[in-house]
Amino acid sequence: MTAPIKRTEGYAFAYLDEQTKRMIRRAILKAVAIPGHQVPFAARDMPMPYGWGTGGIQVTAAILGPADVLKVIDQGADDTTNAVSIRAFFQKTAGVAVTTRTGEASVIQTRHRIPEEPLKAGQTLIYQVPIPEPLRFLEPRETETRVMHALADYGLMHVKLYEDIATHGHIAKTYAYPVKVEGRYLMDPSPIPKFDNPKMHMSPALQLFGAGREKRIYALPPFTRVESLDFEDHPFERTKFEAPCALCGATDAYLDEVVIDDRGGRMFVCSDTDHCETRRAEGRRGALLGDAPKENRP
Amino acid sequence: MTAPLLEARGLTKWYGDRLGCRDVSFDIREGEVLAIVGESGSGKSTLLSLLSGQLAPSAGTVAYRMRDGSIRDLVSLSEAERRFLFRTDWGFVHQDAAKGLRMGVSAGGNVGERLMAVGARHYGDIRAKAEDWLERVEIDIARIDEKPTAYSGGMRQRLQIARNLVTAPRLVFMDEPTGGLDVSVQARLLDLLKRLVADMGLAVIVVTHDLAVARLLSDRIMVMRRGRVIEAGLTDRVLDDPREAYTQLLVSSILQP
Repeated sequence: MTAPIKRTEGYAFAYLDEQTKRMIRRAILKAVAIPGHQVPFAARDMPMPYGWGTGGIQVTAAILGPADVLKVIDQGADDTTNAVSIRAFFQKTAGVAVTTRTGEASVIQTRHRIPEEPLKAGQTLIYQVPIPEPLRFLEPRETETRVMHALADYGLMHVKLYEDIATHGHIAKTYAYPVKVEGRYLMDPSPIPKFDNPKMHMSPALQLFGAGREKRIYALPPFTRVESLDFEDHPFERTKFEAPCALCGATDAYLDEVVIDDRGGRMFVCSDTDHCETRRAEGRRGALLGDAPKENRP
Repeated sequence: MTAPLLEARGLTKWYGDRLGCRDVSFDIREGEVLAIVGESGSGKSTLLSLLSGQLAPSAGTVAYRMRDGSIRDLVSLSEAERRFLFRTDWGFVHQDAAKGLRMGVSAGGNVGERLMAVGARHYGDIRAKAEDWLERVEIDIARIDEKPTAYSGGMRQRLQIARNLVTAPRLVFMDEPTGGLDVSVQARLLDLLKRLVADMGLAVIVVTHDLAVARLLSDRIMVMRRGRVIEAGLTDRVLDDPREAYTQLLVSSILQP
């Protein structure tokens, strides 16, 4: 955990003015009250382009308090450009403590991943969402998708899954895999890999979703039922990996495939950098580490 | 005797001060095919929209006997109930198959959509049913995974029929089902429709400007002009012995090869 630095003068706490934060909090409260339902909110222009997490940042800014410890991840990593700059943004504008350790954080803003370490009660996970509407590419009309949500008229989503099986023999969607929340609302879990879908189910942490460009907020309160859509004879399956992580040897984590030379060489490595580092600090050794024990080497 | 399946009384629709249709009343029962004929602009399509609850009438009622036997005015149905009717108890065959089909979805998906909308969640069962229906409308089941864009006009129309009939509806609306098809394809489609209607005991309301379609398919006929029904009766009676001058004109203007 990095101790708080002095926050930059001249900004409101966490950048947004208090009225805006109240407006966003009201939207969040409504979203929590109706799990999975998309609540419109008056998203502000942020000092960054759309697509860089403007929705997530506004939600974070609205709920952040001076005592919070913030972690920001992008594709599971704490050290990528987007994660580093959002973390620095809140260090400067809110003066909060930041961390890369999942267990130490009280607020985690994420793009594309849910941390491997199970979240605890009291933690809040904030997703950056590009397209909040799970039916968007099936039904282009917003008026129509709203009616479909209102009437729980979700047959169309299964048509998409049917098409996948008919074409590929299995449900080919691997990210932004649609879920049903508490048996009612169809929800797009943002582009997380379907590997992470089961982690949303009955999570003790609060999960908030912010879409800046589309101006929508939705939420999963703690201990919410989240089911991935499937067919009885083609049940939902988590992604499986052939090799363990080359650095920490993890077999139960989501792995990135990294090309390492121009002769087709590749390695699989944890996408969650904190998880990988923690395991290595505990003495676990993957095949490609210099000090890996002989039996682990390829 | 049980109440009619659908009972229209005094249906009137004004578009501002222009007339859509005026004072239309009729009954239809299961197994009955009613043709609505007339020139374009005579109010046929307005009437169809009123009957299927897509348009609210300016005056009049449409009473429908639901599957549980209760009789409901279509105007009083909620949006959810109306949609439910539309994907279970009703079918709607459009003239343009692209309007009634999802062109980006395979034939199997098109037929399966209604089943999935009412809660079918077993891929194998849905597919088996889709195959069964493709066979019944004479589409080669080897083409089940092709999109309707790869189908000919006649096949698209048959696929649209399969998609509508898969939930065993009781009432089917058809808007010019054979429009735009060449005559031999038309004949085959009419043949198929006639058989399905008889097998399933469907009630059908078919809107057409083609008297040959009405003659082949329907039991009863209503002739519309300027928003009013000017003549109604058994199809053979009306076509063989038309009373109104306009109907006589209509019948005599059929080209004989």
